[in-house]
Amino acid sequence: MAEAIKIDELDIEFKDEVLGKVPAANFDLCLTCGTCTGGCAASELMDMDPRKLIRMLNLGMDDVILKSNWKWVCSMCQRCVAACPMKINIPALVFNLRAAIPREKRPKGILGSCDQHIRTGSAMGAKKEDFEFTVLDVAEEIRESHPGFEDLEVSVDREGAVMVLNQNSREPVTEPEEMGPLWKILHSVGADWTYPSVMWAGENYCMFMADNEGWKYIIEEFAYHIDNNLKSPMVVNTE
Amino acid sequence: MRKFNIPHKFQLITIIELYAQWIREGKLKVNSDWNKELKVKFTVQDPCNIARKSGSNKIVDDLRFVIKTVVGEENFIDTVPSRDNNYCCGGGGGALQAGFPDERRAFGRIKFNQIEATGANYVIAPCHNCHGQIEDIGHHYGGNYHVVHLWTIICLAMGVLGESERTYLGPDLAEVGL
Repeated sequence: MAEAIKIDELDIEFKDEVLGKVPAANFDLCLTCGTCTGGCAASELMDMDPRKLIRMLNLGMDDVILKSNWKWVCSMCQRCVAACPMKINIPALVFNLRAAIPREKRPKGILGSCDQHIRTGSAMGAKKEDFEFTVLDVAEEIRESHPGFEDLEVSVDREGAVMVLNQNSREPVTEPEEMGPLWKILHSVGADWTYPSVMWAGENYCMFMADNEGWKYIIEEFAYHIDNNLKSPMVVNTE
Repeated sequence: MRKFNIPHKFQLITIIELYAQWIREGKLKVNSDWNKELKVKFTVQDPCNIARKSGSNKIVDDLRFVIKTVVGEENFIDTVPSRDNNYCCGGGGGALQAGFPDERRAFGRIKFNQIEATGANYVIAPCHNCHGQIEDIGHHYGGNYHVVHLWTIICLAMGVLGESERTYLGPDLAEVGL
C-alpha cells in the first residue's frame, strides 16, 4: 500500500531556491489541471510527470525530485509551459534540478561534450586546426570533382565576411561530405561567408548540462571573436 | 546571449530564413520539377529551438515554404500536431548523451507514430539532435522512412547533389539527377 506523505516533516527549500533564481516561474499558481502532463512525451517515464514534479516541489519532497533521473529524460522542450494556463516554468525547474547535481556527477556523455567544447571549441573535441584542415580539404575535393563548382570558396576566419556560419561538429568529424550541399547552396546565391575558428561548433552541451559558467564562456568567446576579430554583421545558425 | 546579457553587435539568423529569403528574391533558383513524376512524399520535424523556443512560427513557416518549393506542395504531408505545437523528438536537451536510451526511445514513440501516420518516405530534420534521434527511433521501432538534411533536398532539386553526398537518401532517390 502507498504510504501517506508526512507533510509536517518536510521543509520547502528547493522551491524557494529556484524561485530565487527564476522569480517568474509561478510554481505556487499550479491548479493541478494536468494539461502539462497530457501533452508531455516524457510523462510516466521513471514514474514521473510534470504535474507530479510540481506537486512534489510544492510539498517539499526535495529529496525525491533531486534524486530522480527524470530531469535527464525531460528534454526541456517547453511544450508544458506553452500549454500551461498559469505559465508555470517547468523547464526552468528541470534546468535547476540538473544544476543542483554536483558537476562531476552529471551524465558522463553530456559532461564530456561540455568539457571538450570549452577546451577545443567543439563538443566532439575537434580542434580548430583539425576543423580548418577538414573543411579546406573537402572544399578542394569538390572544386576538383564536382562540375560547376570549380570556383567554390570556403574559408575560416576571413575578416569582414558578411556572414559567419556555425557548423555542428558531427559533420567535419564524422561525415564531412555532408558539408558540400550547404556550401553549394551558398555558392549558388553568391553568399559572402566564412567559418569562425573560435567556438565554431553549433552545438552547446554545457547548456544541456546546466553548466551556466561553461555555457556563458562559450558564447562570450564566440561573440568576442565575431565582433572584434572578424567584424561580421551576421551570424548564421545552420541548424 | 539573451540569458547572460552578452553584448554583441551582430545579427543572429537561421539558414532556413535565408533559404526562404533567397528563394523569394529569385537568387536561389530551385523548383520541384524533379519530383513531378516521382511524387516522393516528405514530412518535416519542427526542432523545438526554432519552433516553440523562438517565440513565433516565422522560422517553421519559412521551413515549410522552402520544403514545398523543392518537393512540390502536393508531396508535402505535415505532421499532427505541427509547428509550435509539435512534439519534441526526444533527442534534445542532451538526451542523446544522457545515458538513458530506453526512456529516450519511449519518449520518441510519439514522434515515431506522428511520422508513420503521414505515410511519408522522408523526414526532413533541420537539427542534428532531431536527425540523430529520428533515425534511431526509426531503426528501433521498424520505421519505413529516411531522415535527411534540408540542404540535401535543396541540392537534389537544383541538380547539383554529388554522388558522395547521398548517404541519407533511400534507393528511390539514390540515382536521381546524377
